[in-house]
Amino acid sequence: MDEEYVLMKGNEALAEAAIRAGVDGYFGYPITPQSEVMEYLTAAKPWERTGMVVFQAESEVAAINMLYGGAGAGKKVMTSSSSPGISLMQEGLSYIAGAELPVVVVNVVRGGPGLGTIQPSQSDYFQATKGGGHGDYHLLVLAPSSVQEMADFIEDAFELAFKYRNPVMILSDGAIGQMMEKVKFKPQKTRRSDDELPGWATTGKTPDRERNIITSLDLDPYRQERFNIHLQEKYRKMEAEEVRYETFRTEDAEYLLVAYGTSSRICQKSVQLAREEGIKVGLLRPITLYPFPKEPVAQLATQVKGMLSVEMSAGQMVEDVRLAANGRIPVEHFGRMGGVIPAPEEIVEALKQKIIGG
Amino acid sequence: MAELDLKDIIAEENVVYKKTKVLTDKPMHYCPGCGHSTLHRIIAEVIEEMGIQEKTIGIAPVGCAVFMYDYIDVDSQEAAHGRAPALATAIKRLLPDRYVFTYQGDGDLAAIGTAETIHACNRGENITMFFVNNGIYGMTGGQMAPTTLEGMRTSTTPYGRDYHLMGHPIKMTDLVAQLPGTYYVTRQAVHTPNYVRKTKKAVRKAFEYQALGKGVSFVEVVSNCNSGWKMPPVQAVKWLDENMLPYYPLGDIKVPQD
Amino acid sequence: MTEEIIIAGFGGQGVLSMGKILCYSGVMQGKEVSWMPSYGPEMRGGTANVTVIISDERISSPILNAFDSAIILNQQSMDKFEPKVKPGGILLYDPNGITRHPEREDISIYRCNGAEEAARMGAIRSFNMLMLGAFLKIKPIVGMDNVLKGLKKSLPERYHNLIPQNEKALQRGMEIVQEVKKVEG
Repeated sequence: MDEEYVLMKGNEALAEAAIRAGVDGYFGYPITPQSEVMEYLTAAKPWERTGMVVFQAESEVAAINMLYGGAGAGKKVMTSSSSPGISLMQEGLSYIAGAELPVVVVNVVRGGPGLGTIQPSQSDYFQATKGGGHGDYHLLVLAPSSVQEMADFIEDAFELAFKYRNPVMILSDGAIGQMMEKVKFKPQKTRRSDDELPGWATTGKTPDRERNIITSLDLDPYRQERFNIHLQEKYRKMEAEEVRYETFRTEDAEYLLVAYGTSSRICQKSVQLAREEGIKVGLLRPITLYPFPKEPVAQLATQVKGMLSVEMSAGQMVEDVRLAANGRIPVEHFGRMGGVIPAPEEIVEALKQKIIGG
Repeated sequence: MAELDLKDIIAEENVVYKKTKVLTDKPMHYCPGCGHSTLHRIIAEVIEEMGIQEKTIGIAPVGCAVFMYDYIDVDSQEAAHGRAPALATAIKRLLPDRYVFTYQGDGDLAAIGTAETIHACNRGENITMFFVNNGIYGMTGGQMAPTTLEGMRTSTTPYGRDYHLMGHPIKMTDLVAQLPGTYYVTRQAVHTPNYVRKTKKAVRKAFEYQALGKGVSFVEVVSNCNSGWKMPPVQAVKWLDENMLPYYPLGDIKVPQD
Repeated sequence: MTEEIIIAGFGGQGVLSMGKILCYSGVMQGKEVSWMPSYGPEMRGGTANVTVIISDERISSPILNAFDSAIILNQQSMDKFEPKVKPGGILLYDPNGITRHPEREDISIYRCNGAEEAARMGAIRSFNMLMLGAFLKIKPIVGMDNVLKGLKKSLPERYHNLIPQNEKALQRGMEIVQEVKKVEG
């Protein structure tokens, strides 16, 4: 037995990890299936333990703009929501990307479009990885596939957010949010003091420096273009340095499943089932969805005969898989939509029909 | 009487007015006669006089005052349209010993940002909110604002605002005064020297009260928009007196009770 | 060892908490566990189910279409999950309110009059612990010492006074479970 492990929902683990990571402020608005995050935080009263602010905003629109304000003041601030709420936050995220502010946003995805369903889905991949709001920008996107990663990715996300001064999204889904697994937490980190805040933050202009201005506005097209070039350089650096993925039984694989988050867990089972039938299948699981692991997919495209992108969507990530495979081999998609979770057996069947038989 | 030469004129003891150092040297982009520049100066003067420049964070709106941070020399953030109270809420809660103020126009505060305004006021955030009401969208070229008077012509109400179609001009300041979270609510103007003096007193109180931690201080400034109203400055000031002030009467609406 | 279990019944029968206690017992025994509920409005008074996996290895899919064991507490769940028990697997059910009893020939079937017994004991809220006791009698995948630890971990402290009653229910479930039919697993 192991006393250090606790059994928790993904949403709860995320909340506890946020407290322990020394987050300064959480600003949110209730929405299923992620309301446990704020419920856990308000019950845990971290303001008594660490001074962390926990705040229920009047809307997701207000919450994301509270992140803008808090991050502009140099603080570690985060929110969590689910798909419809994240759509409401897109304007704010564009401003945050444009003002180069480090924030962490968690999307516990549910099926859409519209009010859709409260069941898990992965249909927000495009929104998360391609920008989501207006303008040329990217979020750095991490996709956890376990309760432990819901906890671990919080600290990683803040590190990346401050390293790049860029919004980071943790793209989870209703299954991981609601699922319980055992989880081990890191020890409590001390929150940064006001003296340790970054130099660019609006903390009050002191005589030794110019005033700090947090804005995304520059009406001069040439300066605005230079700024955009700077953003693009930042994204290229992320693509070079921050790609994360893991592989499962790819060494001898003749076929490859590509899946993230909940789908990647189901696909591990599919790999086992297929191999019991003698089909040599492996799995590549992107952990960063932006930057997407193009190189490893391109590498495997020289080894396997075909790839199946498995997503709880109509097929979004498959476009990135195809771009990376670059026409070398067939790349197809299999998915269920609207909150339906594919069964491991269905995926094996789809692999046989779409790739092996095809 | 001896004539003054340049040296005498610039001598310290002969100075009757000088620009506060909390205003930058950047020439303002506001139209001649616009109330924004006056209110900027008043806010900057109060910040200097209170000695709180190092502790003040300003939130600029979307609207004509979008470049407020170019003129008032304090750490500043530029908010999305209507969201300044949300930014201010977070900043003040994360840095509670700072002075945080928002500066918003009527489209920003009373249309698109209504929810943020009402809820920040209702929660009693310890912030100061400045609300410039000129009854029109100035920056986008003179469209109807929520505060546009009945019958007033704008580029989107070319035959005059008809309340059957567009509803009534909203009295946001009277509205927020009803909320328990506001501590000090006043309506002022800046188009005459006397009003400027009164507004400065109100601005000073609005900052001083922030230190008490008792809720929102809310200062509306009824102003003119010569360009949007399509009037020369003198006529605009007269029109303001005759039309705006009867509907938006000046004076304190809520004063501290203790 | 990997045991893939579905627990299904009405919301309010303690389906989700039974799964949680079983999982926590697994954690106490050093196992890998996952608890994947159905969630949302259907929980509120409607049907509720939870997939519990307890394993010696890292768990792949927390969501399954076939189960080693099913613990069935109402007719809808019987209809839905009886066909999803793997051949050679186990189905445990409470006959209370069941109109169509399980028919599969290729699985082992057990019944436990849990609701009736819980009412007789004057502890209807311990119904789920009776059923869990019955299950652990058939499939002792976690030791009773760890079940008690799991129970303690799962219950908020204000309910710790209920632990003796729950322990009694677990024991009683083990005693009253009946074998209907056994096939070699």
